[in-house]
Amino acid sequence: MLETWISPQDSRALWLTFKLAAITTLVLLLLGTPLAWWLARTRARIKLVIETLVALPLVLPPTVIGFYLLLLLGAQGPIQALGGPAFAFTFTGLVIGSVFYSLPFVVQPLQNAFASIGDATLEAAASLRAGPWDRFFTVVAPLSLRGFLTATTLGFAHTLGEFGVVLMIGGNIPGETQVVSIAIYDHVEAVDYASAHVLSALLLGLSFLLLISLYALDGRFRMRLS
Amino acid sequence: MAIELQFELERGEFRLRLDTQFPATGVTALFGRSGSGKTSLLRCIAGLEPGVRGRLRVNGDTWQDDTHCLPAHRRPLGYVFQEGRLFPHLSVRGNLEYGYRRIPPGQRRVHPEEVVELLGLGTLLRRRSDELSGGQRQRVAIARALLTSPRLLLMDEPLAALDAASKAEILPYLERLHGELSIPVLFVSHVMDEITRLADHMLLLEHGQLLAAGPLQELLTRGDLPLARADEAVSLVEAVVERHDDADHLSILGLNGMQLHLPRQQLAPGKRVRLGIHARDVSIALTPPVGISMLNCLAATVREVHAETRPGEVLVTLDLGGQALLARLTRRSVRSLGLRAGMPVHALIKSVALIEGR
Repeated sequence: MLETWISPQDSRALWLTFKLAAITTLVLLLLGTPLAWWLARTRARIKLVIETLVALPLVLPPTVIGFYLLLLLGAQGPIQALGGPAFAFTFTGLVIGSVFYSLPFVVQPLQNAFASIGDATLEAAASLRAGPWDRFFTVVAPLSLRGFLTATTLGFAHTLGEFGVVLMIGGNIPGETQVVSIAIYDHVEAVDYASAHVLSALLLGLSFLLLISLYALDGRFRMRLS
Repeated sequence: MAIELQFELERGEFRLRLDTQFPATGVTALFGRSGSGKTSLLRCIAGLEPGVRGRLRVNGDTWQDDTHCLPAHRRPLGYVFQEGRLFPHLSVRGNLEYGYRRIPPGQRRVHPEEVVELLGLGTLLRRRSDELSGGQRQRVAIARALLTSPRLLLMDEPLAALDAASKAEILPYLERLHGELSIPVLFVSHVMDEITRLADHMLLLEHGQLLAAGPLQELLTRGDLPLARADEAVSLVEAVVERHDDADHLSILGLNGMQLHLPRQQLAPGKRVRLGIHARDVSIALTPPVGISMLNCLAATVREVHAETRPGEVLVTLDLGGQALLARLTRRSVRSLGLRAGMPVHALIKSVALIEGR
């Protein structure tokens, strides 16, 4: 039944998009948590610069990020010159690009959550024999659940809708680097509005569902906490 | 058994420089004006001030010296913060168990059942910390700290954030703590009433420096310290309940062979009590007066006549069978009686306050 609506190539693009969003979100949570923690606690002056860099993807055209990443990761780029592989036009390249593109959507909610936990609570935990890691997992993490929830949802949803960066560094290789947003663009170019409709509606519905569940959960959180 | 410390801490304008020790038994009060460094000293002891240099030894164990410094979570102490600082994501039970679970079972000397009983927390265990009153929060915070079986309990004005009713509710618990668990306590306060009720020993801070350290009774009556020179100067005297005179509704207390009369108290004979006597309530006579309504007239010796506390007013320390008693007199009386150190006199005491619970 599904095959009548979606071509095999489109379902590959859908699968690839979800895989990309899931892996990107996971990588961002792993890298973004320590970065957000550092930003929330440090008094170093370089914090200002790092915060600005993290926020840049919010305002830059994705093609600009994509362009520089292409230069960095592509053939004859510095990474390859140093003996590394060429990441451009591979799935790994897409993950790297998406990590940059969605970075602020994960780091900022986490940073806000961490900053709202004062030193006072952490000192109390230390006086009760909790070491630094113990404090993070038993005090910081449970008190930051809302932040983690927001970061995960926004990171995932934002990566689903990625277009410009992917186009620049991923190209449009079906089954390899072609994601839904680009498949939609292709269908429109080919005046295949029916296929474009199916994919667009899917993405629209899905993003709506993700966000509404986030807001619903968030509201319940807020009620429980207040 | 002592806690020896030597600290140096600089933070902007503020400077803490201390080198002292206090006994690792009973309650030691840390007294001083706000900004004198009381909280900073507690934080240094707890390992919460990263900038501090110096050394700290507790019962012979070094917690900090020039070469190493135990981080806060490795110091076997309990810290009761001014604002309680309960974990908002845990129930009262969760808060109590947080520290307890981190103590190896073999080292647990204080257990949840006894602390829950001691601090009256039985009905609160399932509550969330934001559903508690101020007094209840502080009781949970004290219980939580005690459950780490600390070798030293630090309390930073645990009553300061409370209204009078909550204070009255929590003070008896603190007194029981002292009586039933032998954990030394260092207790910050700037309220004399709390200190006279709870403390045995005192550290006096001023501008980040130690002004004096010693037994509470001694420091309260030292004429060179601001405590004795204050309007509210009070002497602490220990006495034993001897008997009650129900006909006249009086309690009779023994004090080194002498007798003190108090309005009838609910106290068992034989109990040791602590009495507070204000310097302004003590007069002096050279011979035992006759035909006088005052019941309390005790033989004493002049220990020291101090400099004037204000024009025309002189502070005198008396020796009451080994215990110090302050008397505030006019300069004219001191001159006309010819008071000198070593003179036998009679102390007329207008009113005696029983300091509860001890």
